[in-house]
Amino acid sequence: MLDRAYPLKAFAVMTAATFACRLFPFLVPRRLHDSRHLLFVGDSLPASAMLLLVVYCLKDTRFAAPPYGAPELLCVALVVALHLWRRNSLLSIGAGTGLYVFFLRSGLFERLFR
Amino acid sequence: MIESARREAFKTVLPVLVGLVPTGVAFGLLFNTLGYPWYYAVLSGLFVFAGAAQFLSVGLLAAHAGLPAIFAATLVLNARHIFYGFSLTKRFPQNGWRRWYQIFTLTDETYSLLTAAKHRSREDDERFSLWVAGLIHAFWVAGCAAGAVIGRGARLETKGLDFILTAVFVVLAVEQALRVRRIFPFAVAGAAAAVSLAFFPGRMLLASLAMVTAVLLGQAEFGGGARA
Repeated sequence: MLDRAYPLKAFAVMTAATFACRLFPFLVPRRLHDSRHLLFVGDSLPASAMLLLVVYCLKDTRFAAPPYGAPELLCVALVVALHLWRRNSLLSIGAGTGLYVFFLRSGLFERLFR
Repeated sequence: MIESARREAFKTVLPVLVGLVPTGVAFGLLFNTLGYPWYYAVLSGLFVFAGAAQFLSVGLLAAHAGLPAIFAATLVLNARHIFYGFSLTKRFPQNGWRRWYQIFTLTDETYSLLTAAKHRSREDDERFSLWVAGLIHAFWVAGCAAGAVIGRGARLETKGLDFILTAVFVVLAVEQALRVRRIFPFAVAGAAAAVSLAFFPGRMLLASLAMVTAVLLGQAEFGGGARA
């Protein structure tokens, strides 16, 4: 039985977190807007955060046992290569996910590593 | 002038809708696979109003993640928004509901459209900004609703589709790499992720975000890192 209140609580929490992020600059006093700390963190943190999220998504992958995370790593490599080549988000995401679905449902790697 | 601000907003938003609406539809379809009422996807679009975070929530809800974990994940994901508003603090209405709505709707899309728009009179600009934000918001919710309604009843085979989220973040990371053109932010993130997975596996995102912020602040203070 699904707990119908759970997603609504989750939405409330997410709305609060998202709004807090968007509100932050409007709470910082104006004289601090040009501080080099803020500029440097503002320039670098978004890049760091995206890598953290990639790691977060892959953290439950088992790299120590066959197929050693090969489907995930190959698909990530495809997304990176495609995106550097065409810079078309829908194409990169679609092709990477398509390949992953194929790997999983075809059982290709189970056969390769048997 | 009212007329022209609105028409201009429509013209500005149109190219973005090509990517925005299908993404909303995809979210609606994916959210439906969880088995909750279809209009939950609409509520998510209306209130959370953050594409990547909404996709992330599908995985978290499926895994029955706790609310603190959901909060942390959303915070990390939207950390990039923390710095969006700085260039808009003077431009947005100084008070009233319009100010709050403009802040609430400060997504990647509205941010890039508003900062790219050329200057005009204050009154016209406030009208234009409100229309841009309102249109993006409305079309996003419509996309989510369309996806949810289309997906209603249909049982989609979802095995492997969770990779969408990984792919979204990989794309965003590549975009960031092309923008910053430095290895440092990624090296710090990689190290922080490794340390927090080893020591705080249940709090990986929040722990590593704190570490990254501390290291970046240290670099700005001592490393002469004030590029930007």
